[in-house]
Amino acid sequence: MNILFYIASLIAIIASIMVITRHNAVHALLYLVLSLLAVAVVFYISGAPYAAALEIIVYAGAIVILFVFVVMMLNLDKSPEDEKSKTGYKTWIVPTVLSLVLIVEFIYAFLTNNPLQAKVQVVGVKQIAVSLFTTYLLGAELIGILLLAGIVGAYHLGRTKKRNLHRYLEVSQESDIKENE
Amino acid sequence: MGITFEEQLILAGTLFMIGFVGILVRRNILFMLMGLEIMMNSAGLVFIAAGSRFGQPDGQVMFIFIIAVAAAEVSVALALVIQMFKHFKTVDTESLNTLK
Amino acid sequence: MLQLLWLVPALPFSGFLILALFGKHFPKKIQAIIGSGTIGVAALLVISIGIKFLNLPSHEQIFNQTLWNWFSISGFSPSIAFHLDSLSLVFIFVITFVGFLIHLYSIEYMSFDEGYARFFAYMNLFVGSMLTLVLADNLLLMYLGWEGVGLCSYLLIGFFYKDPANNYAARKAFIVTRVGDTAMLVGLFILFVNFGTLNIHDILTAAPGTIAIGSTLALTIALLLLGGAVGKSAQLPLQVWLPDAMAGPSPVSALIHAATMVTAGVYLIARTNVLFALSPLAMTIVAIVGALTLLLAGISALFQYDLKRVLAYSTISQIGYMFLALGVGAWSAGIFHFMIHAFFKALLFLAGGAVIMALHHEQDMFKMGGLRKKLPVIFWTFLIGSASLAALPLVTAGFYSKDAILWFSFSAGNGSVWLWLAGFTGAFLTSIYTFRMVFLTFYGEEKTHVHYNPGKLMTIPLIVLAILTTFGGFIQLPGNFGHVTIFSNLIENTLPQTVLKSVEAHEWLFQILSAIISLSGIYIAYSMFLKKTVSTYNPSPFQQFFLNGWNFDKLYDTLFVRPFVAIANSNKSDVVDRFFDSIGIAFDKLSKVVSFTQNGRLNWYLTGIVIGLILTISLMLFL
Repeated sequence: MNILFYIASLIAIIASIMVITRHNAVHALLYLVLSLLAVAVVFYISGAPYAAALEIIVYAGAIVILFVFVVMMLNLDKSPEDEKSKTGYKTWIVPTVLSLVLIVEFIYAFLTNNPLQAKVQVVGVKQIAVSLFTTYLLGAELIGILLLAGIVGAYHLGRTKKRNLHRYLEVSQESDIKENE
Repeated sequence: MGITFEEQLILAGTLFMIGFVGILVRRNILFMLMGLEIMMNSAGLVFIAAGSRFGQPDGQVMFIFIIAVAAAEVSVALALVIQMFKHFKTVDTESLNTLK
Repeated sequence: MLQLLWLVPALPFSGFLILALFGKHFPKKIQAIIGSGTIGVAALLVISIGIKFLNLPSHEQIFNQTLWNWFSISGFSPSIAFHLDSLSLVFIFVITFVGFLIHLYSIEYMSFDEGYARFFAYMNLFVGSMLTLVLADNLLLMYLGWEGVGLCSYLLIGFFYKDPANNYAARKAFIVTRVGDTAMLVGLFILFVNFGTLNIHDILTAAPGTIAIGSTLALTIALLLLGGAVGKSAQLPLQVWLPDAMAGPSPVSALIHAATMVTAGVYLIARTNVLFALSPLAMTIVAIVGALTLLLAGISALFQYDLKRVLAYSTISQIGYMFLALGVGAWSAGIFHFMIHAFFKALLFLAGGAVIMALHHEQDMFKMGGLRKKLPVIFWTFLIGSASLAALPLVTAGFYSKDAILWFSFSAGNGSVWLWLAGFTGAFLTSIYTFRMVFLTFYGEEKTHVHYNPGKLMTIPLIVLAILTTFGGFIQLPGNFGHVTIFSNLIENTLPQTVLKSVEAHEWLFQILSAIISLSGIYIAYSMFLKKTVSTYNPSPFQQFFLNGWNFDKLYDTLFVRPFVAIANSNKSDVVDRFFDSIGIAFDKLSKVVSFTQNGRLNWYLTGIVIGLILTISLMLFL
């Protein structure tokens, strides 16, 4: 089981690095799916099968799809903006250094406590369901409301308002739309 | 099953940092959102690891909440990205620098 | 009635306060009534106080009134106190009476300019300060009045402040008199060190016992006080400010620079006569300063073309006469000349102002002429004033006062034939330039037409002053004319009697010489300026030298002004300046650097958050 964990975590890390270094948005999204799948495997190994399933279904299956939809709608395959950046590798230096420092600090913080025994407990779905609908009932209801707010907000923000132009200017508006497409 | 709690946390931390570097470096708003997703994923991993260590369902319940929040947030963020594209005709965040 | 003495300076000060604070809100008539009314009431008070005072027996003619204690620091406690004796009575009479007439005149004269209330406020402040100066019973209060009149002179010379030339003239007057004021202040310090008090009466009674006659201490004190007097009275070497001070309006020239402020130096020397008498060398220096000044100014007046500048140089010259009189020890003659001079010089300035106003601000005498028929009242009053200035024999007061000075400059204790010769030549020059002025302005053909006929408020003061100039001299007639000594009896209650040398001299000889010289001066002016018509004035370089007042301005410019300005310019950015500038520059650069951090780029801000996060975690872990 250890080997599986190490392989899965290695895949997750490499996939994540590929996500942030790609220029093509669709490629990056595919690598993101890969990363999420690897993390789902890690969940399973950690004794959380329900979380693993949930990760694949919701995270990789819905949220990433949203991304794909937007990419395709806006025609962002080519992603010319990043290619414009002339600095090339130089922009990567500072963030990489900073995050390496931070990672070292994290590892140091994690390891200064007494290292524990390898102990993984499996938590079943039934336990989660009971906990969700008794102890955290209020949280569950609020999550519902939050998702409702998300839906309404996304719908409202994504709307195009129709601009009422003078009829002599409508010709130019049509040509504007043609340019965008 | 010999994974220790610390190894899971190290993995989570590493994934968090990778996502963070992605946000810092990339100028395309969609890539920044992807980095954000990676970060949230790693936060969820921490909760799962904690739930597994203590044997309680609270970790996974928290993970459910995180996913729901991530979903809502991504939908609203993408709607904003669409509006931004309509307004600036680009998804480059350099064009968003008028609030100096 | 004598208890009301404090009202005499208080009324003008209150007039100043009311006009300065609220003057703008009153209509013009009320401003004029407040401005001149305070001086008028003060003049009436002075007349009634004077009558009461003169009825006292002569040895009791001193009145002190202490208002309050000014301050008290380790034994030095001057008070606001007034001291009335015959000397200050003469001065306050002249100041309030002539001042009132000038205020009446300026009601009409200044009514065409803006700043009416401001004018009367400044004039009231001036009269109040001058009254404080002459009524003060200690030198510190007198110095307060001294500074007050200097301030008002600055304010009033630069009254039309929108023209920068007026501001320059006002600054010049203030700075030059400041030089004198500083000398006087040092003199006051030395007096305080030696006597422990600045009360005039105490100093004068203690002086003969404390200071030896002819000692350097006496000389130093007298010379320092003389420095202050020279500055205020525009004598050599500080006479350069008075001709430029004619930039102020004519009433200002009449009041400040003819009748009152410039005589403050005369008052100072007369008041501290004991200190001067203790140093015969200082008295001689006073007389020499007076003699040189009257010659220098008299020659300069001959070459001027501006009407007011002739009168300015004439004032300098006449005050030289007063200094000459004080220097030889003829105290009462000097004060008598002061009073008569105040009358006729104020008359001349006011009448000259009326002429200038009638010709719509034309001040060049060579562009005037033929005004004799057009402005009759002004012509006759101006003529009477000029006759008094030129000391026309027997009928004018000027003759009696100037003649007394000439006589004493020869025969008084400190006098000599050289001083008499200087005064004699000065009298000759005086009558020449005076009647040059009269003939150029009023006779000949009319070159500028009359625009404006002055009204009653301007002509009545002229008439009053003309009457005083003629009949005022009869209160002091010399020995062989009836020996009327009303004035000198009055003054000699305060000032010492004039001591004559024991040499044989006949006064009538000097009187005849003075009469001859003034009449011949008039004749020379007549032949030079009336017989042939002079239309323009192109001064040759020789004439230019005297036109510029013997180029004293240029001398002071090269000696003092240029080096000072050069030093100030080279010191413009010294160490202290650089230090404070560098603080500003450093902050400027710092702000430019910091402003780069706000560039609106998201990545930049996120990096900042990461750095903060790193710092926080390291603090938590390692501290």
